[in-house]
Amino acid sequence: MSILVDEKTRVIVQGITGRDGSFHAKAMLDYGTKVVAGATPGKGGTECVGVPVFDSVHEARESTGANTSVAYVPAAFAADAVHEAFDAGIELVVCITEGIPTSEVMRIYGKMKALGVRMIGPNCPGIISPGKCKVGIMPAHIHSPGNVGVVSRSGTLTYEVVNQLTAAGLGQSTCMGIGGDPIIGTNFIDALTLFDADPETKAVVLIGEIGGTDEEEAAEFIKSEISKPVVGFVAGQTAPPGKRMGHAGAIVSGGTGTAKEKIEAFKRAGIAVADIPSQISTLVAGLIKTA
Amino acid sequence: MNIHEYQAKEIFARYGIPVPPGRVATSPAEAKKIAAELGKPVVVKAQVHVGGRGKAGGIKFGATPSEAEKAASQVLGMKIKGLTVGKVLVTTSIDVATESYLGVVVDRRAKKPVFMASPAGGVDIEEVARTTPEKIFKMHVDPCMGLLPYQSRFLASKLDQDSKLRGQIASIAHKLWRVFWETDCSLAEINPLVKTKDGQIIALDAKINLDDNALDRHPDLEAMREGESEHDRMAREMGLSYVKLEGSIGCCVNGAGLAMATMDLIKHYGGEPANFLDIGGSSSPDKVLTAMRIICSDPGVKAVFFNIFGGITRCDDVATGIVTALKEIDVKAPIVIRLTGTNEEKAREILGKANLRATTLMDEGVRQVLKIAQEGVS
Repeated sequence: MSILVDEKTRVIVQGITGRDGSFHAKAMLDYGTKVVAGATPGKGGTECVGVPVFDSVHEARESTGANTSVAYVPAAFAADAVHEAFDAGIELVVCITEGIPTSEVMRIYGKMKALGVRMIGPNCPGIISPGKCKVGIMPAHIHSPGNVGVVSRSGTLTYEVVNQLTAAGLGQSTCMGIGGDPIIGTNFIDALTLFDADPETKAVVLIGEIGGTDEEEAAEFIKSEISKPVVGFVAGQTAPPGKRMGHAGAIVSGGTGTAKEKIEAFKRAGIAVADIPSQISTLVAGLIKTA
Repeated sequence: MNIHEYQAKEIFARYGIPVPPGRVATSPAEAKKIAAELGKPVVVKAQVHVGGRGKAGGIKFGATPSEAEKAASQVLGMKIKGLTVGKVLVTTSIDVATESYLGVVVDRRAKKPVFMASPAGGVDIEEVARTTPEKIFKMHVDPCMGLLPYQSRFLASKLDQDSKLRGQIASIAHKLWRVFWETDCSLAEINPLVKTKDGQIIALDAKINLDDNALDRHPDLEAMREGESEHDRMAREMGLSYVKLEGSIGCCVNGAGLAMATMDLIKHYGGEPANFLDIGGSSSPDKVLTAMRIICSDPGVKAVFFNIFGGITRCDDVATGIVTALKEIDVKAPIVIRLTGTNEEKAREILGKANLRATTLMDEGVRQVLKIAQEGVS
């Protein structure tokens, strides 16, 4: 098992004919992901990296029975791409694109909830269930199949952590980047709920960062609802208030969203907190052993 | 992006929100001229991107044009929380009867905009939220529907008992919603929204923060960018995220989360980061070169640490950028490089030819750079 993506996932790549789209479509195919179609308006009837391209997601889904899409679409067109995928009946959209206006993401979120579907991202590296399926841009070789679930607001910091887990012999069930924007489709609580229900996942690593209150809410949720061990890390302890730290969502504003508050919330909830990334794998190993 | 009060008031005026007449001045003489044109007592207000101007002495009254000139000469050039005042807003003084608060902000938790109204205006709304939360009335807005008329009426009902004035406030709430939504704000705030002694409702102050992700579709708002340092501009134009800090270890990292974690790790091992810098996903040697120009022009930097986890970012691109930077810029600070991931071997080859070495572990890299910074040798 794993969460959200596996051998049965059939993927449409939106924006497959673009530079990033074609590069990552190929990388996903090489990993064994069932990339069944591409969608780029005006390029229907052609082929890209051996995959048939359609003008619309609707046609792509009708012809191939895809259930998931991944959007490598420039920011100005990305919200439209996500709406198109949802309206075509796609259940899971992974939106890699960074820089979508927040107003657009709020509207997508409203639609997502109304339809009962899911978006991962935006501004995220995607999701991978090692050995089964990769939908996103993460370097595949650092992952290995196993029992640790990873959920993170970051991209490269997640790679750093996954790399250390793999090196320590701790494989992963699923690793998901949920995105660095202020409004995202799937949050920590959603991921934790899925990991808790997944028999393969034995422990969860949660990588948070400054800004918003998702970590605090996750801490409360873990305390009351989650039975599996969780290891937490929060980036941005040295970040000054009022400054956006790269990610649109990584900002301490009005005194809320500090790393200190989040770490304290984790500790209050009995979550093992790593002070530095290199402690994470040791903490996970210890918890899996005692679980 | 934050904009000044005078710019926010320009936007308010476009949408029909009443604001006191006034103009911006950059010299005392100009302030005097504006006051004379207004023909009434004025308030001279510092235009800086921080709160607490009044307390810091950045807002002064001028009964006559000469007094306005004097007030401007005191405010212009003063420092408020480290920022130098370069502009003042000269605006008609208003006889205030009551002050209230009206604002819209993105509620990250609810994933919707939220309107807030409070009869406790003129003070920091976060302070009101902490001390007397019962005085703040909230109304979430469905982003697919916009602010509905009944919601405007509800907000107005919390701010005034007079039915005529409630109509004025509801109309302002509707216009403020349009400002927020149509210009892609992350925050649009009137604090205080005042009732004048002659029974008018006016936005005495205006605060707008714009969504950086939406500026591409608002070139008129992008043109309002002010007070950006040379380094911030260089970084933005090259697609880098840069935040200057006060420490001595310059950082150049790919990815925002890893960049924050790198700063934290430097602190963990006893150092202080000089900056946050994320070179972004698709790095090119040019980006690395610009990053080095920015970092190395900070006189506080004693050593530079590169932390690269190659994914989309190719390590060889970064290595080429570093080697180029060392040729083109007079880099005095020693450099420590940590890189791993995509095209790592190629990168080591490029660095090796320039007599540079790289470590693969983040902790080891941080310890090395701290040691070197302390010893002051490369």
